[in-house]
Amino acid sequence: MTEEIIIAGFGGQGVLSMGKILAYSGVMQNKEVSWMPSYGPEMRGGTANVTVILSDERISSPILNSFDTAIILNQQSLDKFEKAVKPGGLLIYDPNGITKLPSRKDINIYSIAAADEAGKLGLSKIFNMIVLGGFLKLKPLVQPEFIHKGLEKSLPARHHKLIPDNEKAIEIGKGLIQAVQVLN
Amino acid sequence: MGELRLMKGNEAVAEAAIRAGCDGYFGYPITPQSEVMEYLMAEKPHERTGMVVLQAESETASINMLYGAAGTGKMVMTSSSSPGISLMQEGISYMAGAELPAVIVNVVRGGPGLGTIQPSQADYFQAVKGGGHGDYKLVVLAPASVQEMCDHVKLGFDLAFKYRNPVMILSDGAIGQMMEKVVLFDPIPRRSEEDLIKQNPWAATGKPKSREHIIITSLDLDPAGQERVNLKLQAKYKKIEENEILYETLGCEDAEFIFVAFGLSARICQKSMDLARAKGIKIGLFRPITLFPFPVKAIHDLGKKVKGMLVVEMNAGQMIEDVKLSVGCSIKIEHYGRFGGIIPTPDEVVKALETQIIGG
Amino acid sequence: MEEPFVKTEIRKDENIVYKRTDLLVDRPLSYCPGCGHGVVHRMLMETLEEMDIQDKTIGVSPVGCSVLAYDFMNIDMLGAAHGRAPALATAIKRLWPNKFVFTYQGDGDLAAIGTAETIHACNRGENFTIIFINNGIYGMTGGQMAPTTLPGMRSSTSPYGRDVQTMGHPLKITELIANLPGVYYVTRQAVHTPSHVRKTKKAIRKAFEQQKENKGIAFIEVVSNCNSGWKMTPVQSNKWMEENMFPFYPLGDIKLDGKLIQKSEIAK
Repeated sequence: MTEEIIIAGFGGQGVLSMGKILAYSGVMQNKEVSWMPSYGPEMRGGTANVTVILSDERISSPILNSFDTAIILNQQSLDKFEKAVKPGGLLIYDPNGITKLPSRKDINIYSIAAADEAGKLGLSKIFNMIVLGGFLKLKPLVQPEFIHKGLEKSLPARHHKLIPDNEKAIEIGKGLIQAVQVLN
Repeated sequence: MGELRLMKGNEAVAEAAIRAGCDGYFGYPITPQSEVMEYLMAEKPHERTGMVVLQAESETASINMLYGAAGTGKMVMTSSSSPGISLMQEGISYMAGAELPAVIVNVVRGGPGLGTIQPSQADYFQAVKGGGHGDYKLVVLAPASVQEMCDHVKLGFDLAFKYRNPVMILSDGAIGQMMEKVVLFDPIPRRSEEDLIKQNPWAATGKPKSREHIIITSLDLDPAGQERVNLKLQAKYKKIEENEILYETLGCEDAEFIFVAFGLSARICQKSMDLARAKGIKIGLFRPITLFPFPVKAIHDLGKKVKGMLVVEMNAGQMIEDVKLSVGCSIKIEHYGRFGGIIPTPDEVVKALETQIIGG
Repeated sequence: MEEPFVKTEIRKDENIVYKRTDLLVDRPLSYCPGCGHGVVHRMLMETLEEMDIQDKTIGVSPVGCSVLAYDFMNIDMLGAAHGRAPALATAIKRLWPNKFVFTYQGDGDLAAIGTAETIHACNRGENFTIIFINNGIYGMTGGQMAPTTLPGMRSSTSPYGRDVQTMGHPLKITELIANLPGVYYVTRQAVHTPSHVRKTKKAIRKAFEQQKENKGIAFIEVVSNCNSGWKMTPVQSNKWMEENMFPFYPLGDIKLDGKLIQKSEIAK
């Protein structure tokens, strides 16, 4: 099993930390992982992205052209990475701020209104965990116990009191994600 | 199994230094390697092992602090990125001349000049062919993963003391900044002063009545003496070439074509290999792990079995010169590179293979 | 027929009134006759012998006339790159806090190419001793202008005299150093008369005693002559030094026990 994921959005949306928590959970489950932050001339205009790879085998390139899953949190990233999803792959996006919807028919598209939900619940800081929950619902690559350990390892000790909120957000995300049908 | 962590390459270097029993780190901030000293300062290694960490006033000072400490037999390390490593060349040459052990980490960024903060492999020549003045060699290790960033620190110290020679870890901004799973080796206690003196009788540790005074220097004003120094260095480098070559091969058994790449480029080529093999191209990967000593014979032998080689580097064509010298002129050897901080993608590498080597 | 030469030992223990310290290697010094370096070497080594710390001392020599100081001082030493001695000494003292560490540097080494290393080591308050020989010229490379060359003073790169308008002013680095909080003891001495030699030796002793207490940098400037570079006889050069160097670089303590004791030029 190898899962190649791109997570992309604005800086400050928790893109890198979502990737880190997913990656660290993978480590705790003794998977091979790599976490490669956006590192190239595309790192402009306040966008941030990270490539996360989870695998049962040694990971080759940490830099990829195409992905099994794209988790998209803004329009620029959707424009850039929709085409980079492998045929049959998965695209998850938060519709907040999205004006031009994804249109590919050869991939599976899901939407998760995490920003809205986080705003309603007053959990905007862990909006990214709602998104991660949605992804884990569709691809349960790491087990909840290892997510817990991943949170413990990723967050500094002074933030450990927030772990239950993070786990709650993941559960909310699992209920929130829904398939999108691309119409002609 | 050792402790499991998800770490940046730069953090792995720092943690490995503490665990290897390093006595001192001297450095100066520069992107993309500043996490090394940041991690060390946060970890308070002075409390963990007694290791000293000092932020110097410049890279020039850092490398000369290394020279001073190494001359007393201490196990010391510095890290920097390309422009900072250029500034260090003076001290590196002196250390090579005085035969002092130390580990120097270069988290390479694109150049020339101030260049960019993005990853590059354009410092291959500087690392492998000398860099500073005079005829000298560093042992150069090229990690391709965060795990190797960790492991090469320990290996680097072993080689540095075995041969009394500076060792460079030639990494890049991507490996420094990315996080991967690392299995950390168990901590090795720092050497006591007694053990240090016993193990390093050449070191300037204070002259007891029982021995002559020790002078650490790279100076010999007598040309005949300086020639002897050079001959001794060359004999040492030959011994290193005979004993310390490290490389990795993947899928070379049935290969008709070979990617030759080090560090991050080798990781990309491994993916390109999967893509090319899916198209029916019999391609293998040769990854030098030591850039000096360079795996001349292994590449030469491989050259007799295959039709062509593509040397993939994040530079304008540097290691390819050593590959060509190793193989000779019998087969087609081409270079594919991106510069200025751009990392080649697995797809474009396959395309280069098809156009430059197979179709070319 | 000539008698064959017979070497007879004429020295007898009961007649010895002065002896070279064993901490000076028994070999001819490479310095020009009349130069002050040899005297400072002797004072330094005698001090280490009297304190019985030969085995606990690590010295750092510079690039300049005293580049070969390690050949004459019978202690463990490292030869630094030009100007970098304070960086070496910093690391050595940090990693061997129980050793005595010193640098021995000239004016070009300490006050030109090594200015950054000097100032930052002093400002960090490293616990080692700096012996700074100031003769206002680059001696080893053949008498070029130094950062401490006096206004109007001739050198091979200021053949018509130092013109401060185009060549800059002489740098009173010792006064600059004295103002740094990491510096505990600063003094300026000379070695051209027996009484000055005695004072210099006392200063060296004081500096090494203070290392035991981890008080910070002890900085000893020795204003010295360079009769070759100044193109004078040794006697002339000492006279010239008294008349020209001392007014600009006045002798005496500048900082004692961490306190400035005379108003320095730069503090005005």
